[in-house]
Amino acid sequence: MLEKALKGSGKYWGLMCFLALLIGVGLGCYLWQFRVGLQITGLSRDVPWGFYISQFTFLVGVAASAVILVLPYYLHDFKAFGRIVVLGEFLAISAVIMCMLFVFVDMGQPMRVLNVMLHPTPQSVMFWDVMVLSGYLLLNVVISRVTFGAEVRGVAPPAWIKPIIVLSIPWAVSIHTVTAFLYSGLGARPFWLTAILAPRFLASAFASGPSLLILLCLLLKRFTRFDAGSKAIQKLGVIVVYALLVNIFFVGVELFTALYSDIPEHKHHFQYLFLGLEGKTTMVPWMWFSQIVGLLAVLFLLNPKVRENERFLALGCLGVVVAIWIEKGLGMVVGGFVPSTQGSLMEYWPTAPEVAIGLGVYGIGFLVLTVLYKVALGERELEEA
Amino acid sequence: MASGRREFLKTAAGAAALGLGAGAGSFLGAQALARSSAGQPAAGGGKRYALAVDTKKCAEREGCRACIDACHVTHNVPRIENREEEVKWVWKEEVQWVFQDRVHEYSGEELRRRPVLLLCNHCDNPPCVRVCPTQATFKSADGPVMMDPHRCIGCRYCVVGCPYGARSFNWKDPKPYIEHVDPAYPPRARGVVEKCTMCSERLARGLEPACVEACTRSGAGALLFGDMNEPESEIRKRVESSLALRRKEHLGTRPQVYYTL
Repeated sequence: MLEKALKGSGKYWGLMCFLALLIGVGLGCYLWQFRVGLQITGLSRDVPWGFYISQFTFLVGVAASAVILVLPYYLHDFKAFGRIVVLGEFLAISAVIMCMLFVFVDMGQPMRVLNVMLHPTPQSVMFWDVMVLSGYLLLNVVISRVTFGAEVRGVAPPAWIKPIIVLSIPWAVSIHTVTAFLYSGLGARPFWLTAILAPRFLASAFASGPSLLILLCLLLKRFTRFDAGSKAIQKLGVIVVYALLVNIFFVGVELFTALYSDIPEHKHHFQYLFLGLEGKTTMVPWMWFSQIVGLLAVLFLLNPKVRENERFLALGCLGVVVAIWIEKGLGMVVGGFVPSTQGSLMEYWPTAPEVAIGLGVYGIGFLVLTVLYKVALGERELEEA
Repeated sequence: MASGRREFLKTAAGAAALGLGAGAGSFLGAQALARSSAGQPAAGGGKRYALAVDTKKCAEREGCRACIDACHVTHNVPRIENREEEVKWVWKEEVQWVFQDRVHEYSGEELRRRPVLLLCNHCDNPPCVRVCPTQATFKSADGPVMMDPHRCIGCRYCVVGCPYGARSFNWKDPKPYIEHVDPAYPPRARGVVEKCTMCSERLARGLEPACVEACTRSGAGALLFGDMNEPESEIRKRVESSLALRRKEHLGTRPQVYYTL
């Protein structure tokens, strides 16, 4: 099966070379970080988590969003997702791999990372996050391998896989819930100390994940002979719109609670993000850009006529991914640290090597994804021929 | 320290064996304890070490660094000048930042700007211990919140979880920033978290923490160390008879560093 990834067009190899380049640069920077420590990042005493952990958080959402295909297809027999459900599972696999790598590159002592398994600590949410993420990776590897293997051989998947597929549905919800609990269980950080964090994570995940999947399907349609089918893509578009509306509502609910209650320790973080505090305004343009793009995208995509045009749909989905990437992959984590627990205002911005390491991780994730998609599409073409 | 660690490992192994139930039990149990001990001292027959800071006496000695220097020299704490990467076990900050919830617009300038000595609070309900995924930071039987720098994976979850900014991460190799490495205390490697340990190594030898000793020797006498479980101890009497504040009381962490303003 995997040999399908070894033959491809010039464009395919061009993409692979580009990803290899990203990985190479990232690896080089990582070796530097490995030698001299996390001092090469923009992280600091007051902002101890930044680009790496926020990418991890964003990608857990992408991984969890595979459930958006699995649930309608397997529980409600929504046939239109039949052709792309494996693409969703493959996206989940590559996203979880990226999550794990982002956590790994964030460690001060990466060689000891297995201490988490060696000294299991059930009271730590991080322990549970490692558990549910590894479990989710395993589930998706097993499910996609068994169901796709059966499809290639032209037989029905074995009956024993069905309960495992059903298990993967709440499991997908769990990975993003536990990831939200990493943040929302800390008395030290009033910005995250909100029960809406986990629901908000899920809503933004179900908007950004399917948006990414729509973009991938449209790219496949353009550059390969694979067509996901407009019914599947349109249904995903509807899911994106609803999830995005729910996310915007949740953000509004949070803003109301913090601003109307007028409690300084809750309000200050939002002030920092959207207005700046004492001249510290690094995040302000990004946050406004994110909110405006998100709002425009939802207004744009609400109109079914617009969604039916695949160019417009792609534009809207790109907006959703960018808006949520900024909101979750930047504002959510950094906003919790400014002001610090002692009221100081130390800002954060990732350094060039930090971004390069991050792009290297994305390179690995997209390389895995490309190989998996190549195999899936190659086998499908064989079937149809 | 060794016996505390062993005690701790026993408890941890028990908790791990019980799995999820044990995890949930431990934080619910901690809450029950918080409720029962609201008006009473901590239970248990052992020692419960604590520290009391007289901020007025401390502030009388403007610019005094006796305790800070003693601590940092004793424990090979690096002197890194930039604020982003600094490592500190004991330091000073102004009242207006330390007690944000106690000062207001009419608080006087002297009070607002008065420096307060800060260190790890050695909480009875420490969030850093709760969040650590490897038990590299743990609570010892007689009070101090400890750090095992050899087990720490450098995830910095404890730094994020501590409400007091008491934890420092080694963003780079600290050794070049230590003037004279004292071989009696191991310096840390880069990539791990460190913090005040209430001088557990000195307590084991029957000595007071280095900061307290230095403060007393300097004549300031602003620091008081003792056992809260000993009803006749000086610290217990002071905490009982004056309004001794703890930082961010509302978070339920039950710090064991007391301040009189």
